[in-house]
Amino acid sequence: MSSMTESRTKLKPVLALKLRPSGRLDALVAPLLTVVVLVSLWQIVSWVSPLREDLFPGPISVAQKLPQLLADGSLVSAVGNSLFRAVSGFVIAVVISTPLALLLAHQPLLRKGVGPLVSAMQVLPSIAWVPAAIILFGLSDATIYTVLLLGAIPSIINGLLSGIDMIPSQYKSLSKVLGASKWEHMLHIELPAAMPGYVAGLRQGWAFAWRSLMAAELIAVGGSLALGVGSLLQRGRDLADLSLVMLVILTILLVGVLIELAVFAPIERKLLRDRGMSRTGESNG
Amino acid sequence: MGVLLNEVSLSYPGTGLVIDRLSTEIEDGEFIAVLGASGCGKSSLLNMIAGLLAPTSGWLEVPKDGAAFMFQDANLLPWLTASENVDLALKLAGHPADKRGARVEELLKLVQLGHASNKKPHELSGGMRQRVALARALAQDRQVLLMDEPFAALDAITRDMLHEQLRSLWEQTGKTIIFVTHNVREAIRLSGRILVLSSHPGRILETRRITDELRNNPTQAAALADELTTILRKEQRKHELNDRISN
Repeated sequence: MSSMTESRTKLKPVLALKLRPSGRLDALVAPLLTVVVLVSLWQIVSWVSPLREDLFPGPISVAQKLPQLLADGSLVSAVGNSLFRAVSGFVIAVVISTPLALLLAHQPLLRKGVGPLVSAMQVLPSIAWVPAAIILFGLSDATIYTVLLLGAIPSIINGLLSGIDMIPSQYKSLSKVLGASKWEHMLHIELPAAMPGYVAGLRQGWAFAWRSLMAAELIAVGGSLALGVGSLLQRGRDLADLSLVMLVILTILLVGVLIELAVFAPIERKLLRDRGMSRTGESNG
Repeated sequence: MGVLLNEVSLSYPGTGLVIDRLSTEIEDGEFIAVLGASGCGKSSLLNMIAGLLAPTSGWLEVPKDGAAFMFQDANLLPWLTASENVDLALKLAGHPADKRGARVEELLKLVQLGHASNKKPHELSGGMRQRVALARALAQDRQVLLMDEPFAALDAITRDMLHEQLRSLWEQTGKTIIFVTHNVREAIRLSGRILVLSSHPGRILETRRITDELRNNPTQAAALADELTTILRKEQRKHELNDRISN
């Protein structure tokens, strides 16, 4: 009996030591390994491909393009311009969407009328707005921001709305019992309770903002517009430079993923951890 | 002032009559247990007293400042710590920020949770969560405290400890407590009067006074528990039979 107890107490720390670090390592190593495998495959296919290298460049050729773009400053300036537009546009989208979503959540009739339109806007590809925005605003930043806002706002509204919809009805009873006014309920209970849905909406809103921006920059080039990443993509197409196109695509992907990993993922993790929850597939420890 | 219920009825669309012409007077400072089988309208009765539901007919009188409420599953806000949950009740009751900290500390100490003030609800055990909920209910500083089967999901040892704490709190504060339960022994142990409700619709079947003498005499307490359990079983059977007939 005593030896059984002993073996149990010994087993616990061993298991904990073995499981925890490898779990964290997996989260980092698995995606990195996937990227390495994919890039290696791409290189091998480009070597064995009968196509000319300018028609099917491998990752080495694409990487060789990087020093040139860094030297003339075009990549850094394009990324800077696009990031500024994306971040400022996203902030404007949040400022517009949040009160709108709260209004819709508290006005059932308005929601019945406007809600389906908001969802329909989310389905509409934002590139469809580019011609209309160019006709209205010409080749200016207003065009870019219009497309970006129309892409991001519906996702943020729907995120906050679904966050509010999922609030347990008991919180409403609690609010009433504690004597909260409508505003106090909104501030102290409703908004914090809806936060996971809201952050999911913000995350999706950012992805839509970034995508919409690329679509707008790709089409709206010239005029008073500063060079963005999307316009650099268009330049690659004009020059029939597939290495440049691939490099810009990878840059767009990298910036999107970095913002996701550096901003939204930690916020969401903290939010869920604070509530004793975890994302499906992640350990809580 | 206590709570007065006069011919109070409640119906839900679809379910029909849940509470039927229920009348009783609960005196100021009384500890009353409402006992009944599951689904007999006990929680609905509390919700009406709390102002969360309006009676279909009849009327009730509660103190002007309303009643504090303790929910069955604690209903703590998961993003707030134990002390923040209690603090929110004080903030919403209009207490100034500079006085709230000391009061929160005092209330958590009262429920013996001074050491866990910075813990989030998911870091607390079921019993601890219920004690935070009790501290939050006390923070509302209302004379009437409504408790909806607050210890139903707890283990026997924790429940026993909380029974002791609740009795002592009631003795210290002199609050009017309306305690809903389906546990006969819990009702005898805690309250000064037991209202037994019938099932579907809820009506008062029996009213029993519980003296300290009866409570402290195991033979008498056990005999009363058996008697009340028999009444509840009969009600439950009647309810099941009605269900079968209506299906």
